[in-house]
Amino acid sequence: MTARTRVGRHSVTLGVLMTVMLAYAWLPLFWLVVNSAKTQASLFSTFGLWFGGRFALWSNIHQALTYDGGIYVRWLGNTLLYTVAGAGGATFLATLAGYGLAKYDFRGKRVIATLVLGAVAVPATALAVPTFLLFSQLHLANTPWSVILPSLASPFGLYLIWVYAADAVPSELIEAARIDGAGEVRTFFTISLRLLGPGVVTVLLFTVVATWNNYFLPLIMLSDPKWYPLTVGLNEWNAQAVTVGGQTIFNLVITGSLLAIIPVMIAFLIMQRYWRSGLAAGSVKQ
Amino acid sequence: MALGMPRVARHRWAGLGFIAPFLVAFTIALVAPLGYAIYLSLFRQQLIGGNTFVGLANYSQALSDPQLWASLRRVALFLVVQVPVMLGLALMAALALDSARLRWAPLYRLGIFLPYAVPAVVAALMWGFMYGSQFGLVASIGSFLGVGLPDPLSGSWVLASIGNVVTWEFTGYNMLIFYAALRVVPLELYEAAQLDGASPLGIVRWIKLPSLRPAIVVAAIFSVIGSLQLFTEPESLRNLSPNTLTPVFTPNMYAYNLSFAGQEYNYSAAIAVVMGIVTMIIAAAVQASGRRRFA
Repeated sequence: MTARTRVGRHSVTLGVLMTVMLAYAWLPLFWLVVNSAKTQASLFSTFGLWFGGRFALWSNIHQALTYDGGIYVRWLGNTLLYTVAGAGGATFLATLAGYGLAKYDFRGKRVIATLVLGAVAVPATALAVPTFLLFSQLHLANTPWSVILPSLASPFGLYLIWVYAADAVPSELIEAARIDGAGEVRTFFTISLRLLGPGVVTVLLFTVVATWNNYFLPLIMLSDPKWYPLTVGLNEWNAQAVTVGGQTIFNLVITGSLLAIIPVMIAFLIMQRYWRSGLAAGSVKQ
Repeated sequence: MALGMPRVARHRWAGLGFIAPFLVAFTIALVAPLGYAIYLSLFRQQLIGGNTFVGLANYSQALSDPQLWASLRRVALFLVVQVPVMLGLALMAALALDSARLRWAPLYRLGIFLPYAVPAVVAALMWGFMYGSQFGLVASIGSFLGVGLPDPLSGSWVLASIGNVVTWEFTGYNMLIFYAALRVVPLELYEAAQLDGASPLGIVRWIKLPSLRPAIVVAAIFSVIGSLQLFTEPESLRNLSPNTLTPVFTPNMYAYNLSFAGQEYNYSAAIAVVMGIVTMIIAAAVQASGRRRFA
């Protein structure tokens, strides 16, 4: 038996320590659930970490979805669009390119690799303002393209696929497909892509989180609320309370936040199974 | 060959073909904005003469700009405290998950990772509401404990409060990176250590920590980049504490406000370039020191 597989005694100390960390991780989420069920008045008058006042979850949800002509639903749709196009596109491009770097030799490969790996360290947010200025020149600012196009390049995703493809797709298999007369593109889609599965899901997980949670870029790019994603819209609602003459809608900010994180969490729980199998594959290989 | 081309040559073109779409996106998203930022930073909008080439004048202005330096010192202080705390917690949690002595390990793994799925804006909103005086959670916990707790959004506490939000968001993420790295430690290493009679802590010290070295360096680099780029959390919390969290609180907020409140696009671009260079230098330093310390 090895240190990894031996089932030893369970340590109480470790259990307590990890429970404290889990409580810390869940505290704000618990707060969010509890307070989504409160009316605006009870938010201020009842203890924050327990239910109090009238149970208002359903009316809060209804109000959040219909406030200001149903703008929340529009923001949700925008966020979905940016995530599907941005994260899906970024994952697809990173997968193609990572596979190309791992499995093909061509002139300029080293230059490209160095360039892309250097870019992992380039802070994307530092580029947000210049990107906006450039996109304004191209008349792309304040359109969905201004949010989607910059999300399409994921150097980190490319790096992950590159490392993963080097081992996961045997070169002999590609060679065998060639001898059978399959083209390079067909080999990729019918054979290699399947073997890359867990790596692709890992990249998808990161890019989905990055695009769903994106704030700085859309904040800069978009001036028309009808193109806002949820993050920018929710912060706008929150800021409304402190602006002169603004209507205080904390209950909608809180309920809207809850609704905004549920889809990512579901996506997480679904994807982590594949992700774990990717990790397991990595450890079995040793 | 069907195409009359040597097979190897055909593969070369295929390789480039796989990479080309990424390179197009890469150019649009990174190379072009970077080039444009450098170009803009060399000009200045002047009352007389309009848009004029000024060489490095914007850069010399940035280097002697007290507001930029103050914001840089702030994120440096943040980085020096927050990154080690977060990575330390993540490391302990990953070692606990990997120890095989933890009950319900999958629950902890998923549960602690969950905050990573929460948008930074929502994280800042939730913590902000909990910090804030309007909802009074900190005050009511203070009175429950019988002590007067300080206002988390007041001057001397606000940086720590932001650090708490960031730590909350990313500890689980880093934990998972470390855990994944621990899972691929070759079994032979453990077997050898056990034959040598190593204790569990000895295995952590002599096998697990050295194996984690590359993962720790990568996590440190990403955390450092994140700290220097701090924007969303303080910008979001500004609604609650506009006097403490000034528009120049972090370098990124400064660049943002120069562009959008001040229309000083050229100077803002120069600051973005300076911050990019500073970030890359510090990231390279982290990498070099990580390599040296463990070698």
